Amino acid sequence: MELFNLGIKSIFIDNMVFAYFLGMCSFLAVSKKVSTALGLGAAVIFVLTVTTPTNWLLNEFVLKEGALAWLGDSFATIDLSFLRFIMFIAIIAAMVQLVEMVVEKFAPALYGALGIFLPLIAVNCAILGGSLFMAQRDYTLAEATVYGFGSGTGFFLAIIALAAIREKLKYSNVPNGLKGLGITMLLTGLMGIAFMSFMGIDL
Amino acid sequence: MSTETTVAEVKKPAEALLSKRRKKLISDPLVDDNPITIQVLGICSALAVTTQLQPTLVMAISVIFVIVMANLTISLMRNTIPTRVRIIVQLAVVATLVTLVSEFLKAFAFDMYKELSVFVGLIITNCIVMGRLEAFALGNKPYDSILDGFGSALGYSWIILAVAFFRELLGSGSVFGVPVYDTLAGFIGDDFSFATNGLMVSPVGAFIILGLIIWVQRTKTGYVEH
Repeated sequence: MELFNLGIKSIFIDNMVFAYFLGMCSFLAVSKKVSTALGLGAAVIFVLTVTTPTNWLLNEFVLKEGALAWLGDSFATIDLSFLRFIMFIAIIAAMVQLVEMVVEKFAPALYGALGIFLPLIAVNCAILGGSLFMAQRDYTLAEATVYGFGSGTGFFLAIIALAAIREKLKYSNVPNGLKGLGITMLLTGLMGIAFMSFMGIDL
Repeated sequence: MSTETTVAEVKKPAEALLSKRRKKLISDPLVDDNPITIQVLGICSALAVTTQLQPTLVMAISVIFVIVMANLTISLMRNTIPTRVRIIVQLAVVATLVTLVSEFLKAFAFDMYKELSVFVGLIITNCIVMGRLEAFALGNKPYDSILDGFGSALGYSWIILAVAFFRELLGSGSVFGVPVYDTLAGFIGDDFSFATNGLMVSPVGAFIILGLIIWVQRTKTGYVEH
């Protein structure tokens, strides 16, 4: 039940895009068509669900203060948490590469659909943000997995909703200066207000 | 005859330290080619810290440092990096610099470090940094790269500072932590009051303020996106 609550919370209340502004670059750049937004969203869910638990293992058994105790008593006082950024980003880049190869080998159709988005994801702030939040909040392994999946799903919903609105927006007459990024920002703000209605829910 | 040749020789070398072309490297990203409002880069980590001016200033300075140093480092290494692994190399350089910034803040400004939390780390994935490395530092000399990085970082900084100014003023009624409305009330009389707008403190305020800034800025420069 706890885990279910965490999942709901990370999808709606702590939405990656509307509450923390993470993944904004690709959120704005790849939301012009629903079909491409679908591809990117799916790839983000996938990568977040894989990298967050992996980084949890890394953090728990290598980086955290006292995490190296399993090597022997003399290692028990070592604190490598300052290496967090560089290790996390390395894991993410490596995992993305790995995922890309596995998908290419076993699901060529999916690879065709996700192809160009997978390498882009290595530098998506939502992925690194997910891992950093996970480390900061001291989740357990199960919680980290659910959190990764939940925040990925939150991003997926947000980008698809925005893409759908932008497809309709093509037919409206927007002032010149607002075209493109400007109106998208205002739209995101309005969608954020809608998502704020979840804030009162205490899980 | 001999004097003429020497003149020609003197003219050739060394572009001025701040020649026209180099000034353009700094001034272009400020308005005409602004990384946030025109190129749509680096919005990720920018907005979350802009509820107050002070953390925004710290963020801006950190980003200036990271971009300039990363541009310099990559530019110095540009002839030795194989194209296939360049993304990993860039990430390693940027992550090292961000770790430096993070450790520095932890040591000398711990409150600020707590307040910025994960967003210092997220400078790594700030698209402006990677964008400048890819588009400029990989193909240009170190000094030009420094200028280019500095210009882009300044363009980013003034936008997030502007967003923070409006959000703090309207949302908390202060500028740099100084309560503006209360001070004004002291001069004008106690019946002067101004309700703060809670929406500005929430993420929604950032989206709307940035949307409006983009509108004003693009109307001025006449840039139209299709």
